[in-house]
Amino acid sequence: MNYSVATPEIFLLAATCGLLLLDLFLEKSNRFVTYVMAQVVLISTILLIVTRLSEPNSEAFNGMFVADQMASLLKISVLVIIMGVFVYSRDYLGKRSMFKGEFYTLGLFATLGMLIMISANTMLVIYLGLELMSLALYALVAFRRDDGRASEAAMKYFVLGAIASGLLLYGMSILYGLSGSIDLHGVATYVANENVMQNVVLLFGLTFIIAGLGFKFGAVPFHMWVPDVYQGAPTAVTMLIGTAPKLAVFAITIRLLVEGMEFGAAGWQQMLILLAVLSLIVGNIVAIAQTNIKRMLAYSTISHMGFILMGILSANEQGYSAAMFYAITYAITSLGGFAIIILLSREGFEAEELTDLKGLNDRHPWYAFMMLLFMFAMAGIPPLVGFYAKLAVLQAVLEANLLWLAIVAVVMSVIGAFYYLRAVKYMYFDKAKDEAPLEAHLGFTSLLSINGLLMLALGIFPGLLMGVCVEAVRMSLAT
Amino acid sequence: MDNWALLSLLIWLPIVGGIAVLMAGDHWCRPMALVVSIVTFVVSLPLWIGFDAATAAMQFEEKRLWIQTFGIHYHLGIDGLSMPLILLNTFITMIIVIAGWEVIQKKPAQYMAAFLIMEGIINGVFAAQDAMLFYVFFEAMLIPMFIVIGVWGGANRVYATIKFFLYTFLGSVFMLISLIYLYNQGGSFAITDMHHMKIGMTAQILIFLSFLLAFGVKVPMWPVHTWLPDAHVEAPTGGSIILAAIMLKIGGYGFLRFSLPIVPDASEELTWLIMLMSLTAIVYIGFIALVQQDMKKLVAYSSIAHMGFVTMGFFLMFAIHKNTGSYDGSVLAMQGGMVQMVSHGFISGAMFLSIGVLYDRMHTREISAYGGVANRMPIFAGFFVLFAMANSGLPGTSGFVGEFMVILASFKASFWIAFLAATTLIVGAAYSLWLVKRTIFGGVANDEVALLQDVNKREFFMLAVLAFFVLLLGLWPDPLTHVMGVSIEHLINHASQSKLPN
Repeated sequence: MNYSVATPEIFLLAATCGLLLLDLFLEKSNRFVTYVMAQVVLISTILLIVTRLSEPNSEAFNGMFVADQMASLLKISVLVIIMGVFVYSRDYLGKRSMFKGEFYTLGLFATLGMLIMISANTMLVIYLGLELMSLALYALVAFRRDDGRASEAAMKYFVLGAIASGLLLYGMSILYGLSGSIDLHGVATYVANENVMQNVVLLFGLTFIIAGLGFKFGAVPFHMWVPDVYQGAPTAVTMLIGTAPKLAVFAITIRLLVEGMEFGAAGWQQMLILLAVLSLIVGNIVAIAQTNIKRMLAYSTISHMGFILMGILSANEQGYSAAMFYAITYAITSLGGFAIIILLSREGFEAEELTDLKGLNDRHPWYAFMMLLFMFAMAGIPPLVGFYAKLAVLQAVLEANLLWLAIVAVVMSVIGAFYYLRAVKYMYFDKAKDEAPLEAHLGFTSLLSINGLLMLALGIFPGLLMGVCVEAVRMSLAT
Repeated sequence: MDNWALLSLLIWLPIVGGIAVLMAGDHWCRPMALVVSIVTFVVSLPLWIGFDAATAAMQFEEKRLWIQTFGIHYHLGIDGLSMPLILLNTFITMIIVIAGWEVIQKKPAQYMAAFLIMEGIINGVFAAQDAMLFYVFFEAMLIPMFIVIGVWGGANRVYATIKFFLYTFLGSVFMLISLIYLYNQGGSFAITDMHHMKIGMTAQILIFLSFLLAFGVKVPMWPVHTWLPDAHVEAPTGGSIILAAIMLKIGGYGFLRFSLPIVPDASEELTWLIMLMSLTAIVYIGFIALVQQDMKKLVAYSSIAHMGFVTMGFFLMFAIHKNTGSYDGSVLAMQGGMVQMVSHGFISGAMFLSIGVLYDRMHTREISAYGGVANRMPIFAGFFVLFAMANSGLPGTSGFVGEFMVILASFKASFWIAFLAATTLIVGAAYSLWLVKRTIFGGVANDEVALLQDVNKREFFMLAVLAFFVLLLGLWPDPLTHVMGVSIEHLINHASQSKLPN
């Protein structure tokens, strides 16, 4: 058996277990070692993936596991983002007595779950990866046991997440019953010979799968958990939930819908259109009414998921690569946005309200400028990267002859621009109500600067990453 | 043609300079900003000197692949339509830097940097020959402008700046869809490729409407003009100047670069709509200007009326063709529109600058707070009267040339269009001169006016330079019409051919 295909995941698993043990023997004052080791593990995993980049698409474990270009790109993105999350969250955790080894081991297990989701090639492995990720995330949300709101959020997240997993699993079992295979290739062969619109059972299974995926994306009408969990979870955990998992969910969506059921596109396209349109409308309009910045970002995420779904539902290669570009750049943007919230918080004070942004330009012009970049990137204003993501998605949608959908999307983007502008307004036009100095360690500030300038750099030279996404999708779907 | 990447320099020099000014901090920002803006202006002069007026082809071209996935090129070039506007931009930015010298005390480095970055972006708009590159610059411009109005603006600045941003953003997103549609059909974002595409009538109409929305909001045309008075009133003097002098021109330029050559059949079909909107702007908005109590609002409305001449001049060719069966006279109309754009850049800039001079002393823009300013500020009064005359289209000033050309050409289209357009000579004179009468002349109205000091050297210099150009262009417009002549003929020739697929 060809274990080498899965070296990065195997390494990550072993190293995380090792870290768990190591942490037991560390003094509380040496917790920093756990943090450093976690970063080392992530870097090593990235290196392991990078060394395999040039190899052709290959499968392992009887075709249950696949390593292709798309997987490599998404995995590297996930790992880099998790590294960023760890850097940003270090001081935040330290000041709230959450700087514990478990945060890192749980985070790494969640990461492992994401990597498995990304490389999953059968429905069973998809489910296993998803559960590994979700369980670790549930625990992370409840990481502050004594915080009532966090516990409530964790409970909500757990119950709704379990329902979502159940729906997904039910849909998968129907597919298995029809096709007699848990393998996506087997499903693909079955679907290719069926007329999806006539086959009620298949359509039934598909509906459950879409509902499950919709939950995990946080697409309307399966979005109820998103704002509550974003708000209730400690900001460091919100940052984790709001970034990397979206990439993993994107990956399983592509695996299930495109690799498994591309011939059923007529069926899932319509369902996704509904989800996308509702997400765009609800996400953008409800975000306007929010005063809590984390809830606002939650609804903004929902609307961005609408855009990612629009890319997927175009059902053409441009669309898949556009959605992938969108997911990656959105995750980076959102990472920066949460970093600013963490920055504004300090010991005994949680930045929660939009008004906490007031006068940031007076307090610290550079951070304000970074937040400006994140906000305009999310709003999709050129020359920031969010614009090219939207451009690519719109191009794919028009290619699929869905003009009305493109119009809905741009009108909603204009409505959405309002609440991003409001954040900028607080930072630049209003006087500060809170003059406390903003403190952060050097790693935090330099990463934040890189993160913000990346918005600009990717916006001025979007061609490279876009080209990589196109290539990855093309090579992965070619097999 | 010599090519030193002059256009790239014109885009990136002010942007990099702006960032340097930001880094330099509040103490050194003013001289640095001045140096950057002067250097940029000097760099833009070779465009004029080295310009070949005998060809309509793109000059000073630069082309590099930018985004491979969509075949988007970093493609710059100018012709007779864009060259004067770039020069206008680099010139006006200098004035803005000088105008903000003492006036801006709050975060001057950020102020100067915002205008320099904006200068670079606007140069990019005029130089872009790739539709997506154009769009990127077109939108990017909103960010610094949003900040400028919001940070240095008046009391109601937040409302004004968000309205400005959302209005223009809404206008342009539909253009984005049209551009992507054109790309999907023709496989290229190059503007010249779009010029040669065959497009069916329904698509043309939709594309035309989306362009109309994008550029019409920018111009702004009635009835999507309502953001402009708000933005102007709340913006700081520099913001008002760049809005009126440059940003509005981008809308007019967009019609020439996109609407007319890409969708000529739809343009012909919907010329009545443009004529209706333009004439409403000229007549109705002119009357609205008459009743304003706020000086800036008055000039803002007069800007809308003047821009009505621009859009009318650009689309008269179809009306003339319909009436006479030939395109004779179209060149005159379009040249009139272009001259009007450049001239309005100087005049409106000068008007807002003059109002800024008064506002810095009195901190009010209410017309009723003034009266008899001439007694205390004779030099300023001289300039103000000159600019107001130019604003009302007095022969000998640049304001006359453009309007006269358009009115003259419009006689070929229809007597009534010409008649309605010509009412501006009365209405325009009415609101401009009445403004002068109420503020400048008469006895000293109150104690505050009695304490006014006349213009200082800095203000005198700016007003004198602007006055010079207003008169120069009024007496000798030939250099301007000369450089754009061939490009306009080429454009009319192109737009007069149907692009419907057979």
